[in-house]
Amino acid sequence: MTSTGHFQSHYIPNTLQEQAAMLATINARSIDELFADIPVAFRNPDLNLPEPLSELEIQKELSGFAAKNRVLSSGPSFLGAGSYNHFIPSIVKALITRGEFLTAYTPYQPEVSQGTLQVIYEFQTLIANLYEMEVANAGMYDGATSLAEGVLMACRVTRRDKAIVINSVSPAYQQVIQTYCQAQGIEIATSSPSAVSPTQETACIVAQYPNFIGGIEDLEHYSELAHNSGALLVISSDPMAMGMLKPPGEYGADIVTGEGQPLGIPTSYGGPYLGLFATKQEYIRQMPSRIVGRTVDTQGRSGFVLTLQTREQHIRRERATSNICTNEALYALASTIYLSAMGKQGFRKLSELCYHKAHYAANEISKLSGYTVHDANPFFQEFVINCPVPARKINQTLLDHNILGGLDLSDSTYSELLPSNVINGMLVCVTEMNSKEDIDALVSVLKGIE
Amino acid sequence: MIKGGSRTTDKLLMERSVADRTGTVIPPLDVPEQPLLSSNLLRSNLQLPEVSEPEVVQYFTNLSQMNFSIDTQFYPLGSCTMKYNPKVNDEMAFLPGFSNIHPLQSEDSSQGALELLFKLQGFLTEITGMHGVSLATLAGAHGELAGVLMIRAYHRSRGDHSRTKIAIPDSAHGTNPASAAMAGFDVVTLPSDNNGNVDLEALNRLAGPDLAGAMITLPSTLGIFDENIVEVCKVVHESGGMVYGDGANMNALLGRVKLGELGFDVAHLNLHKTFSTPHGGGGPGAGPVCCVESLTPFLAAPVISSIAGKYSLTTPEHSIGKISGFHGNFGVLVRAYTYIRTLGAAGLTSISGNAVLNANYIMESLKDKYYLPYDRRCMHEVVFSADWQKTRGVSGLEIAKRLLDYGYHAPTMYFPLIVHEALMIEPTESETKETLDAFIQALINIDEESHQDPDLVQNAPHTTPVSRLDEALAARRPNLKWQAAD
Repeated sequence: MTSTGHFQSHYIPNTLQEQAAMLATINARSIDELFADIPVAFRNPDLNLPEPLSELEIQKELSGFAAKNRVLSSGPSFLGAGSYNHFIPSIVKALITRGEFLTAYTPYQPEVSQGTLQVIYEFQTLIANLYEMEVANAGMYDGATSLAEGVLMACRVTRRDKAIVINSVSPAYQQVIQTYCQAQGIEIATSSPSAVSPTQETACIVAQYPNFIGGIEDLEHYSELAHNSGALLVISSDPMAMGMLKPPGEYGADIVTGEGQPLGIPTSYGGPYLGLFATKQEYIRQMPSRIVGRTVDTQGRSGFVLTLQTREQHIRRERATSNICTNEALYALASTIYLSAMGKQGFRKLSELCYHKAHYAANEISKLSGYTVHDANPFFQEFVINCPVPARKINQTLLDHNILGGLDLSDSTYSELLPSNVINGMLVCVTEMNSKEDIDALVSVLKGIE
Repeated sequence: MIKGGSRTTDKLLMERSVADRTGTVIPPLDVPEQPLLSSNLLRSNLQLPEVSEPEVVQYFTNLSQMNFSIDTQFYPLGSCTMKYNPKVNDEMAFLPGFSNIHPLQSEDSSQGALELLFKLQGFLTEITGMHGVSLATLAGAHGELAGVLMIRAYHRSRGDHSRTKIAIPDSAHGTNPASAAMAGFDVVTLPSDNNGNVDLEALNRLAGPDLAGAMITLPSTLGIFDENIVEVCKVVHESGGMVYGDGANMNALLGRVKLGELGFDVAHLNLHKTFSTPHGGGGPGAGPVCCVESLTPFLAAPVISSIAGKYSLTTPEHSIGKISGFHGNFGVLVRAYTYIRTLGAAGLTSISGNAVLNANYIMESLKDKYYLPYDRRCMHEVVFSADWQKTRGVSGLEIAKRLLDYGYHAPTMYFPLIVHEALMIEPTESETKETLDAFIQALINIDEESHQDPDLVQNAPHTTPVSRLDEALAARRPNLKWQAAD
């Protein structure tokens, strides 16, 4: 602060002199005078914040916070459970931090937003292809909210208000579904995979693919059950698994959602991520969020616009399909760049790497005495092991060896997902980021704790 | 700018695809190959493009150049607060200690992240004059949903199930009624009076035992500070309701007034507006929800608490529950923290001061040429009407499109809904006087054109990569993804 008490931020170009000239133009004596509509008793309250810092100082402070966190790259990590440590090519950050993408708003003026609009159209194409669905939207907040909106949409489409959620769906996702549905009188029933029994009142069956503990369930069975009772099949699906696994669209899923984070987005302590959302053509008018369509301009040239906007809050207000406005466009861009760079062959190879490494790890762990791998279902890159001692203790020992272990499943939130013979459960995730050396180190430490 | 060869953007990714090109090298498998799943679980075909890395970089770089953005154009899009997005904010969010940490790693190994979030909670409650805050909501509308769910949960916790209505001004953003509806409320519309304030008589009529609350944007979307706001809050409170504050327009109020002191009970902030985090072409944002003490137990989970210097994630006693997958849009929260720390109280107060000065400067400089429906001091944005130009056959939309030819992004058009041919201009604090003067001149020129050469305006834009697009066709025959020609 200068001695006069005036603080000229480097984010504000106009100097006191220029401000004075502008005040003269508008016949005001001071900036304070412009706030005269604020009742005087409430005007200019004390604002108790720390003194401003220079960029040099702020970098120091923030680096200090950052240094107190253990970063995934500091050692092998086997933690997944909805947020995945995958490789991100350098071009992703280089391109998404271009000011023309980063500092644009939602593309309301298509003539000067063709960059963003064309990217979203590409994104919709690639996501629809990944899930083998007819259409995808421009994205949602994250995997959890995307699935919750999928349930709401299924209720709108079927005009029914009961949903069956398979109990192997991520507990966090189940809680978000509950939060989204609580006020709309939608009844959520959870069911084990073997006891799903929809009725003529069921709006949808909701499953995760692979499920929260990594298992691949029988989607064909769910699809039949749902469709025989006039319900929809709503699937939340890890996009990375789509490099190998039969896509939900082929099983007849009606709405497919997913967490887009594995597609080139850093784990970043849980956000920002990207909600994926795809469905069948016949339901597009019930879809939430923005959609980009291809059209032509007055000279017949191809171009892109936001379309089907009569579904949205700025037109339809309280009758909109959702209240969503700002979504995660920058990360839709990131995932589009990522998928372009991986390409048809690279993406398949990458998901195969995750698969083989995870199965190698499971195989090695299953050889250890005291450990069992819970493999009732086939899996992709995540699996549950039952340990000889509580997973919390194992994770401590692993950390002593600079290894971040899997998710401790001892919390009661997870008990419903696990078979009764799993006492000390841990959810282990292996991706392309884990070398053979990492996996062998994990196995060797586990062996020491038997 | 003309581009040739592979650098043109007219071919889409799938059309550029050439078999065996690749944009990345996947490392070799370093473990013994494992038996594959049975083939009926595997997919046979996956349609993704095959392009090399240089092509990917060229394609997306060239696409970026078809956008207007804050870094390249003045972007006075009302209600969106398109201010400069400081680069240091991004740099901090990209620190590996923030970007490369897992949301489920132990609290012991993420104390730095939790400390930052805890301190940000403190900054935001101080700025709004509130008691509690949850950072878990991922955008403004997401914050609204959480806030109205909290109001619902509060009433029900007191055994009051009769409050089924939420009152929302006719000038409100569409997200307000949409959020209230998602939270199970019936929306009743609150008219504005002749000065653009909430019509107090109408509010008095609505205030009763069935009113759960009111959702108020301050300043309103007319860019006006409602002088009766304290009375508005009082009326709602006396009927037993809660007042929700839409913080979309907080850029006008930083350091000038605290929502909590005026009588607001719960409010969301748009960090991607007021607190300078980049819009990214439509997100990510973050919409933290701040509230008074009586609503704090209902906040969305998690919130960050601190006991004896140790920070942890906790669930408030009567929480409406989890509303997002993890702990909020952390990368956005780091940016907002950096911004607040860079500016401090004096800096934030000068932000609102300059934002309001710039808007008033535009208002005074143009009100002879453009009809000003509410002729009084504005706050951070000014709403004109194109009614005068309309008499010459030139609409608000056409004026907005013509501005693109002058190299300025259009204002927000046809909103708020209660102003005919609305043009809503929000300059923000981060523009030079030179830019404001040039923009004012452009609008004066366009008014002149509406006299001399209305055709020129009616058919604008003329200089953009595409001209006016056929939106009706897009909606009638939706083409939403690329498909190979049959």
